Formats: sequence, structure tokens, C-alpha cells
Amino acid sequence: MQLLGIYYYWVFAVLLMIGFYAVIAKDNLVKKLIGLSIFQSAVFLLYITMGKVAGGTAPIYQDDIAGQLFSNPLPQVLILTAIVVGISTTALGLGIVVRIKEEYGSIEEQDIQEIDRR
Amino acid sequence: MTVLFGIFLLTLLVITAVAIVRTENLFVAVMLLGIFSLLIALNFFIIDAADVALTEAAVGAGISTVLFLGALALTSEYERTVTRHRLLSLAVVVCATLVVLYATFDKPTFGDPNAPVHQHVAPWYLENEPKFIDIPNVVTAVLGSFRGYDTLGEVFVVFTAGIGVLFLLSTKPASVTGRRAKAREESGIGLRHDLIPRVVARLLVPFILLFGLYVQFHGEYGPGGGFQAGALIAAAFILYALVEGEERTLEVLPKNVLIALTAVGALLYGAVGVAGMLLGAEFLNYSVLAPNPVTGQQTGIILIEAGVGMTVTGVLLLIFHAFAARDQA
Repeated sequence: MQLLGIYYYWVFAVLLMIGFYAVIAKDNLVKKLIGLSIFQSAVFLLYITMGKVAGGTAPIYQDDIAGQLFSNPLPQVLILTAIVVGISTTALGLGIVVRIKEEYGSIEEQDIQEIDRR
Repeated sequence: MTVLFGIFLLTLLVITAVAIVRTENLFVAVMLLGIFSLLIALNFFIIDAADVALTEAAVGAGISTVLFLGALALTSEYERTVTRHRLLSLAVVVCATLVVLYATFDKPTFGDPNAPVHQHVAPWYLENEPKFIDIPNVVTAVLGSFRGYDTLGEVFVVFTAGIGVLFLLSTKPASVTGRRAKAREESGIGLRHDLIPRVVARLLVPFILLFGLYVQFHGEYGPGGGFQAGALIAAAFILYALVEGEERTLEVLPKNVLIALTAVGALLYGAVGVAGMLLGAEFLNYSVLAPNPVTGQQTGIILIEAGVGMTVTGVLLLIFHAFAARDQA
């Protein structure tokens, strides 16, 4: 359990930074948004990991079982809504990318900056 | 066993993420992102977050893939190979990783019941939920009632994002050429000529819809609720649109209906809150909606979950149609 705990946090850190790398290093705007999704998923993973209680189970009461140990429901609530909000904001980003493609003819950051400089 | 499975899934997650960033074919990256979502949903599931896993699987693996593909169809499938400032970016990322890794040593142990996160309101929720609301799924109770303000805010964020996409994409593109208009006639009918996907999808759609409704109305008793149901129902219609063409889907569920659904859902949520005020309690306090406070809470949760489901379905389908219509224009 100890090992798994450290591992969860490390995977969070690595995923966060893989997403971050895609956002800062890639030129393609769609790829940046994909990186942002990975970054976002890493944060979700951190929250859910923090909510876990050893030996606990999903926080749903059952009639025939009393005195269960539940994991923390609060981070789950926050992340559940955050996922749906995340897809909506990603869609908004993709909408902007599509409009950029139509106006500039490219979704590579370098091209867009060159056109802007002219 | 669970430990091994967890480590296995997390390792796969990292491998997939690296593959997503490395590939230059954006189509491949989007497909891998779908796999990534499914893997992270499994991870959520084995650390007790059944509701979150359901949402992530429906939204991440289903709808987000379709939206990304829609955007790719309108832009380009390959990214340019040159990466500027690669070494500088790598250096920044490595330093940041080390800082975050250093910080993880201060975090409480995984699963520690005495961690600070378990000390504040969460035990109160778990202890008092049967007394005040008395539905089995504590996540739904917290979402709908104890944290009703948060959820209302999230619903309005989803609503606003939907409006934003409509604003961005519903303008007519500058060049509607005859060639593309003709292509529309040919491609606008989806996969109607492919027998197997068509038959399978037709068989699946009613069951996905039924499951969506089950998730909506069973959310008080098991994993589920308005957010998941909205995503599932939207996924059913998107599947129908992919196979039968967008026009036919719009015949079944016209755009006006979707806009109305979106607005009515958000307003229903707000109205339930105001109804509580008119009956003499605070905004979003459902206890006064029925003579018995517990029944009132349950009524309120059912109503606001219905509102959430309507808004999420409406917004996701509007966004999908906005991308699809652009594709053919």
C-alpha cells in the first residue's frame, strides 16, 4: 500500500509534466489542447487519490451492510463536475482553433505569429 | 492483487501519455487520448470513485474523442515535425517535475484515514447524510444538496461554454464553394452505405438511451446522476449521427429543441432554488419543498438532477452539431 501511494503521486507528477510539455513545446494548437487534457486528467487523478481511505469502498450506503468504511465523497463530487466542465471548455478551445484555422489558414503557432507580425 | 493492478494501470497511463505527445499524427493522438481516458476511468474505479469513473468513461472516451475528430476534420491531421525550443522546454519540465516530486514526500500516505482531507466536512457529510437526505449514494447527496451551489455554478459554466461554441461556430464561413457543397451531399449521409456499422449502431442506440435514463433516475441509489446521464444520452445521439448522418439526427432532435433543453435545464435548477426561497428557506434549501424535510430534499435532488441532465445533453449535442455543420459547410 505504501509503495502504491508513492507511485500514485509520482504518476500524477509525471502525467502533469507530460501535459505541460505538450502545452509549452508543441507548436500545433490541437496538440496543445490535447496536452491540456492530459494535464487536467493528472489533477483529477490527484484529487481522487487523496480521497481514498485504506480499506474503504465507494460511498454508497447499502441496506444489508452496516458500519462500512467509505472513501471521501467530497473530492469525487468536485471532480465529477470538473470532468463535464473540462469537456465543455475543451470544446470551446477547439472552436477557437477552428476559427483560427479559417482566418489564418494554419494551426501552427509559428505561422500564426508570422502572419500577425506582417 | 489490487496493488499490482493499480501499478499496472498507472504504468500503462504514463506510456499512453508519452505516446500521445510523441506521435506526429494527430488522428493517432486523439485515438490514444480515448484510450488514456478509459485507463484513467479504470484507475478512478479501483480507488473507489465509481461515479467519477462513469463520467470519465462517457465523457473522455466517448464525447471528447468525437469532438477532437470533428476539429481535426476542419483543421489538419498532421502536425509539423519541427519543435522549437525543445531543449529549453525539456529543461523547464524536468525542473518542474523534480519540484513536484519533492513535494510528494510531504503528502499524507495513500489511504491514510487521518489525512487532513478526511478531517473537515467529509466525515460530517457521511455521518449526517442518512439523517438529512437519506439516499444511498452519498456522492449524489453532496453534489445535489450539500454542495448545491457548486453544482449550480458548474451547470452554468457548461451552459456558458455551449453558448460560446455556438457564437464561435454558427457564423457562416467565408468561402462556401460549390465543390464543398457537392461534397456535402455525398458525405452528409454518414456511414449509411456500410451495413455492419449501421446495423450494430441501430441496435445499440436504444440501449444506450435506456442506460442513460437508468443512470439519470438511479443516480440516488447507485453510481450515476445528471452529468453522467447527459453525457450518455448525448453519446447515443452522436452515434446515431455518425451512422445515419447529421441531418437525420436533427430531424429527430431539432436544434431549437436542443437550445430549449439547455436553457430549461439550467433554469429548472435555478427555479428549484428560488422555490425554496419563496417557501421561506434559503436559496437551494430543498427541505421546504415537501411537508417532510427528508422527502423535500429527495424531491429537490431529483429535480435538479433532471435539470443537470437536460443541460448537459443539450450543450454536448449543440457543440457536436456546431462542429459537424461546420464540417459540411
